[in-house]
Amino acid sequence: MMHQSATIPLSDLGLQIGAAAEPPSLRVGNATTAGVPVALWQAIRLRLLPRVLAWPFPLFLLLLWYLAARYEWVAPQVLPSPQTVAATFTDLLRSGELFDNLKISLLRVLAGFGLGLFGGLTLGVAMGLSPTFKDYVYPLFKAFSQVPVLGWLPLLMLLVGIDEALKIILISHAALVPITLNTYKGIQNVPSRYVEVARVFTFTRWQLLSRVIFPAALPPIWNGIRYGFTHAWLALVVVELLASSEGLGYMIVFGRQLFQLDVVMASVVVVGIVGFTLDKLLALIEVGLLSWRREGF
Amino acid sequence: MSTLQSATAKKDHFVPPFLRGWVLPSLLLLAWWAAARFGWSSSPLLVPIGHVWAFGVQQVVSGELWIALKASLWRDLLGFAIGALAGLTFGTALGLSRLFESMIGPTFHTLKQISLFAWIPLLSVWFGLGDAAKVAFLSLAAFFPVVLNTFEGIRSVPHDVIEVAHVLKFTRWQMLTKVVLPSALPSICAGIHLALIYAWLATLGAEYLLVSGKGIGNTMIDGRELFRMDMVLFGVIVVGLVGFSLNWIASQIERRLLAWRGSSIAQF
Repeated sequence: MMHQSATIPLSDLGLQIGAAAEPPSLRVGNATTAGVPVALWQAIRLRLLPRVLAWPFPLFLLLLWYLAARYEWVAPQVLPSPQTVAATFTDLLRSGELFDNLKISLLRVLAGFGLGLFGGLTLGVAMGLSPTFKDYVYPLFKAFSQVPVLGWLPLLMLLVGIDEALKIILISHAALVPITLNTYKGIQNVPSRYVEVARVFTFTRWQLLSRVIFPAALPPIWNGIRYGFTHAWLALVVVELLASSEGLGYMIVFGRQLFQLDVVMASVVVVGIVGFTLDKLLALIEVGLLSWRREGF
Repeated sequence: MSTLQSATAKKDHFVPPFLRGWVLPSLLLLAWWAAARFGWSSSPLLVPIGHVWAFGVQQVVSGELWIALKASLWRDLLGFAIGALAGLTFGTALGLSRLFESMIGPTFHTLKQISLFAWIPLLSVWFGLGDAAKVAFLSLAAFFPVVLNTFEGIRSVPHDVIEVAHVLKFTRWQMLTKVVLPSALPSICAGIHLALIYAWLATLGAEYLLVSGKGIGNTMIDGRELFRMDMVLFGVIVVGLVGFSLNWIASQIERRLLAWRGSSIAQF
């Protein structure tokens, strides 16, 4: 009985969505019967135009930058020309300096993130599954998480010095907090209806966990993992800016100290590209992991 | 049923639920106190709890805490206000106009990828090491989350609602203030809340990296350089309390602003 009342609004919603989606598709149908040019125009408007429109603004900025450097509207120490930055970039790439530093930074972030991931998942799952454990640990965890990552930095510097341990601990802490919270909340928010159905099927505890709880909690958990990675990358840059003698962050500091802004800008671009690539990688894995969700539609 | 459960729960555990949260912190404090009291470690970093307390009292009484805190908070809120306001405007424009989105959007999404703190060295060259650079950096920290959430919020305004507004012949202004913005408000609030958290994090980062002037971050960095654990620990506590208060204030405002929605969500 309850099941029925729950499905009716859902199917209603589905019908509505279908109805709302229909007019455009009808229009496209008319266009193809009227002639190819209209369909072609549609395709251009939807696909090509946004891509073309994206270019004028950055090109304008680049031109402005070029002109500002060319006619020295600002001092070259403050704003090196785009060509200088590009040349420095290829130099750093060719000399291998960039790759060496990139490798160190990546190793650091992976080690820290791996540690944070492991700790965060363990803590989150334990708190999500055991209310007693949660009662004991959650308040302390919450209190600790009120202090932002950077708040711990001076304390950690005193305790472990400014070596590799500091970087790994800080990065793993940055990843741990969002992963723990999202895992815990994800497991908590698994609808009780699912658990009831599993009870009806007399699932064992292991079946309940592996077939119901974890698949249902995976989207929020994965969100937490992506957040955690973003935070880990942020923490890496900070800790390398503050206390390091190699890595991408150090390249930035080094360039800044020598007033070589071209090195700074080239390194900043690399930091952006790497962060973006790794985040896209996680997004791709997410599509693979959650592909089962699409079967319903 | 429930009384039966609580009865069995009582049998299993000695500690009643409302006290359980205090067990671990008390044990930690006890261990700390004992370690200092009985000299388990000779490290100068192991300061007795009393020293931290004494340092805190001295900071409060001498007014140094207020000077540092006022400098940090003033910067934090100024940068946050500039960034949030700019983000709100920019996000609204991005959400309302497809043309604007396709022209500026990709550039924005590319710049967004750059890790926040990587901006500091560049900003320090352009704005110096003083308050200007710090406030510029803080506005940047607040800007991105507000833009993203405002944009998302406006784009996910239900189509039906816009149609109703069209039927009622709303003007553009009415459409914006009576339909689009209220409908996007939950998402905008989430963005502003996030911006507040990021701005506080960025305040600390800016004080570590652009070392000049006063601030709670400077107090902690000074403590580290002087090997004064009591100073650093006191700083950690203050930073945590400020973060907590900002968070709490934001939640309260959010709740008040969104009260009209009622609480139909999550009660099924």
